[in-house]
Amino acid sequence: MERDQRRVESARGSQGSARKGGGMSVSALKHFSLIAVGVVMIYPLLWMVSASLKPETMIFSSPSLLPLDEDGNFALNLDSYVEGWTMQGGDFGKYLLNSFIIVALCIIGNLMSCTMAAYGFSRLMWRGRNISFAIMMMTLMLPGFVLIVPQYIMWSQLGLVGTILPIVVPKFVAVDAFFVFMMVQFFRGIPRELDEAAAIDGAGYWRTFTRILLPIATPAIATTAIFTFIWSWNDFFSQLLYLNRDSMTATVALSNFVDATGSSQWGQLFAMSVVTIVPVFLVFLVGQRFLIQGIATTGLK
Amino acid sequence: MARTRQPVSPRQKRQERAAIAFMLPWFIGAVGITLGPMVASLYLSFTEYNLLTAPQWVGFDNYVAMANDPNVAKSLAVTFSYVLIGTPINLVIALAVAMALNRGLRGLNFYRSVYYLPSLLGGSVAVGVLWRRIFGSDGLVNQFLGLLGIESDTSWVANPDSALWTLILLHAWTFGSAMVIFLAGLRQVPEELHEAASLDGAGATRKFWHVTLPLLTPILFFNLVLGIINSFTTFTQAYIVSGGTGAPAKSTLFYALYLYQQAFGTRHAMGYASALAWLLFLIVGLLTAVNFWASRKWVHYAS
Repeated sequence: MERDQRRVESARGSQGSARKGGGMSVSALKHFSLIAVGVVMIYPLLWMVSASLKPETMIFSSPSLLPLDEDGNFALNLDSYVEGWTMQGGDFGKYLLNSFIIVALCIIGNLMSCTMAAYGFSRLMWRGRNISFAIMMMTLMLPGFVLIVPQYIMWSQLGLVGTILPIVVPKFVAVDAFFVFMMVQFFRGIPRELDEAAAIDGAGYWRTFTRILLPIATPAIATTAIFTFIWSWNDFFSQLLYLNRDSMTATVALSNFVDATGSSQWGQLFAMSVVTIVPVFLVFLVGQRFLIQGIATTGLK
Repeated sequence: MARTRQPVSPRQKRQERAAIAFMLPWFIGAVGITLGPMVASLYLSFTEYNLLTAPQWVGFDNYVAMANDPNVAKSLAVTFSYVLIGTPINLVIALAVAMALNRGLRGLNFYRSVYYLPSLLGGSVAVGVLWRRIFGSDGLVNQFLGLLGIESDTSWVANPDSALWTLILLHAWTFGSAMVIFLAGLRQVPEELHEAASLDGAGATRKFWHVTLPLLTPILFFNLVLGIINSFTTFTQAYIVSGGTGAPAKSTLFYALYLYQQAFGTRHAMGYASALAWLLFLIVGLLTAVNFWASRKWVHYAS
């Protein structure tokens, strides 16, 4: 159906340009400017990748995207990656592993807690549901930053600062209202007849939830997982706040390198920056469809 | 709301019990991670507290101190400039590009991906590092200016006049997420309306102002509210670009950064930081409320 719609749209598009007359050149011009904008936008990222592959001395000698060595020949220089990996006596492999552990736990937590809450909000009748839903919608608007001080105090009194728990535990108690809301919207779109049919067949709430609703909600689940990946990977603030030398993630390590090295060793900084961006980029490539659907329907960032 | 109290059926009882089980994580989170800390921070904002000794009640001292703290005024000014300049620029670009991409353009998916990518990376430390370098004295920007015959060795991030602008530019660079929302909205604008307007002799500009834009106002409004809230809590990029200091000359001392310095710097002024957090909360709440109120006048909801 979506494909049909697209066909209709493209038919309309070609009609439109034919009507204008000389539509070819207009559309060529449009493509030209769109590509130009795209190049300007992506150039810094490409430049960073290329700079990470140049010898340190060549990084700032030309804005060229081709990694060239001192003699002007094309050469991929991996020194920055090798040296950056152990920069400041650290171990980037460990930091990456820490990042992946945190992200994986955040995804599991969000998927479990947000789908359950969404089921409660969209399918069950209980006292206090409306007021709870209103509270959930309000927290949707609340910048998390406002709560950081008392939350920090709480975790520090529990003796958990330095561990990954202050970052991971909130995900298991459905604090990300965005995802609860998105799931509620999705569940509301699923016909209730399916639940009722399951109930007639003797399925309880849990069975209906896990066997009927969750399988249908795969797109929303994928969107939640992908966004959680990207957000918790990039979530610098809480990682900076709560993690210590042993539990620190790749992004925190990167920021420490910046502070420690000041304005030197840019090659290594860029190399490790690229390393921290690659997982996000890969998830973007694989999950693009869900990301774009997700933002389009709920207005996530 | 006129639900009368009915005798509770066993089925309903069962449902209530199921609801408690399903909602339990959310209840714990709402009380323990959101509402509880909110109340706690209100209390703390009236105390002096450094994590080591018990909180001391000081009444309105923190709020009075804030009113006299030049850094609060400065950080509010920085943050407001960023929000009031950056958010509209971001949204205008997003809308313009979405308009250009709409209507069966070939390669739409490709363009959309390319434009969207920076939104995903814009908040990362890596891009902060990159930005610091691009706008450095021998960075990419100056190299390109050199190619255009404009010699410049200013470090844009080290110059108090331009440092904030580099962050506003970074904000503009991440227009992709708003663009995707606009694209979805533009799809909802019925083609018939455009055709009818064309028949009435409306040109492209008129159609935009009188057909497309009014129908997009709910989305524009949504983006605006979200954009303002997000901009107010900008932290990572200011922290990375300025090395956590808000330098040069406090020109990137964002409110969130100042709050961070107060709470987690050497002073651990948790009471003062809580008061700062409550002011932030009030400002964001007020702006959101004003937005909602104003939206009655300019947002067009199709019935």
